[in-house]
Amino acid sequence: MSNSSRRNFLKAGSAMLAASALPISVVELAFGKGSDENFTFAYISDSHITHIKGNKFVNNWDRGLIRAVAEANLLDPRPDFIFYGGDIAQLGKPEEIDHGLEILSGLRGDVHYVMGEHDYYTDLGEYWQKQLGPDHYSFDHKGVHFVVLNSILTYEKWMHQKWESGMHRMKQMARLDNPNGQPFMVGDAQRQWLKADLDKVSKDTPVVVFSHSPLQKIFKAWNFWTEDAEQVQALLKPFDKVTVLYGHVHQIHTNQIGNISFHAAMATAWPWPYPAAYTQKESLLPKLTVEMNRADPFFERDATGWQFINMHTGNVDVNYTLPDNANRVVAYDTKLGHPVDTRLQDNADRTPAQTHY
Amino acid sequence: MKFNKTVSVSAAFIVLALGVSGLPAVAEEFDEMDIEHWQEEYMTVVDRGDKAFHGGLGNENTVSCDQCHPNGANIHPETYPKFQTQLGKVVVLGEMINWCIMNPLEADALPLDDAVMVALQAYIHHERRGVALAPGKH
Ligand code: HEC
Repeated sequence: MSNSSRRNFLKAGSAMLAASALPISVVELAFGKGSDENFTFAYISDSHITHIKGNKFVNNWDRGLIRAVAEANLLDPRPDFIFYGGDIAQLGKPEEIDHGLEILSGLRGDVHYVMGEHDYYTDLGEYWQKQLGPDHYSFDHKGVHFVVLNSILTYEKWMHQKWESGMHRMKQMARLDNPNGQPFMVGDAQRQWLKADLDKVSKDTPVVVFSHSPLQKIFKAWNFWTEDAEQVQALLKPFDKVTVLYGHVHQIHTNQIGNISFHAAMATAWPWPYPAAYTQKESLLPKLTVEMNRADPFFERDATGWQFINMHTGNVDVNYTLPDNANRVVAYDTKLGHPVDTRLQDNADRTPAQTHY
Repeated sequence: MKFNKTVSVSAAFIVLALGVSGLPAVAEEFDEMDIEHWQEEYMTVVDRGDKAFHGGLGNENTVSCDQCHPNGANIHPETYPKFQTQLGKVVVLGEMINWCIMNPLEADALPLDDAVMVALQAYIHHERRGVALAPGKH
């Protein structure tokens, strides 16, 4: 094979890979018609990179993030930027944050980061902030106002009590089902900052908020929860179009509360059960949610994934890219005024694999 | 005390088996204190299982069951024995526990009667108490 035909072959090969891996029509929808303010961004979350010792990391979690990065790089046209939704690390170790960032360095495009509790509680976010900057900030892009919050704070008194080590504190928060766990919160200081930030934005500007924990209350025992969620929602209420995107829960959630649409991100690392699968305590399911398929433990990547977001008319369509599983699209329906799963919202179309118990 | 009971149980069995009538049948008897004692024994093993489940298995890669199964959720112990496609046969709960020990935890399978295996099952069942048996269910 001559050099140039080899190059063509490789090009065709990667185009084929892209065609089979991505729902191309959705991407066309974003760019094909309508206003030139339409754009997409990729959204990757919850990699939980785990350092074992020396040069050893848990391979399973590495593979999840590596795969998401490779797939996100296939998006064509390119997304305007990439959001990382928190929990790069499992125990907030510098080795874990750096190893995660090394993998993420393969992404083509700028990345914005959200703080997760697994990044935070060892040194109260110091190393993460040294590498990535402030844990709450906002910016404007093509007429949309983006806000990032650190929603995984908790009571000051608990955080600053005398701990035998930062790692001990981390292990309290890292264990999801810890009966002594503390509720997540945004806190007074950040809410004041948010209020001042939003005061400068006109009410017809679409607002997209990123947090790690859900800015709604679902299940306190696993911190699918933010203690001051209602207060944050109240600050977002005056705007026409608001979307909250969160990580942490490792599963698909969809909800609409007043003017605010809520979507959760899949993890690249592993899926979590829906809270109702724990039968000893009561929990809620965000009302529009079409649950992800139950995970098959025989396929490492099943029920993990990442998403890309189609930003059109100021609302959000979430495209869930799910290895070993049919992809999902949860799109904002302007007539209904809330997001819907474009294929499965109607109960009749669901399969037994979507029944969690 | 326990020994006594075994004796009385087998005595009752002999009586029944021989069809002898006229002798008083000595059924096993136990009181509140016995129940409390047995419950304590059981809960000790549940607690041991709780610890093993939450990082106490000593596997090198440090991954623990609770990372994917908080409160033992998504284990569905009430559905065993059941057919597992990839194993190609009907298996008991312990065999699927071993699958997760060997794969995400990258550790060696436990004998099915190992004390840690029993403790894991005690914890898993305890977190699922009250759910109706549904053997074979997927
Ligand atoms: C990386 C994530 C992960 C870890 C760690 C993990 N599992 Fe699993 N396991 C799964 C998934 C996913 C399933 C499938 C859940 C479903 O059926 O909905 C599963 C299924 C199971 C099942 C079968 C459940 C059923 O419904 O038939 C058992 C039993 C089980 N796990 C036990 C364990 C135990 C015990 C541990 C710790 C030794 C463990 N798992 C660790 C991911 C994990």
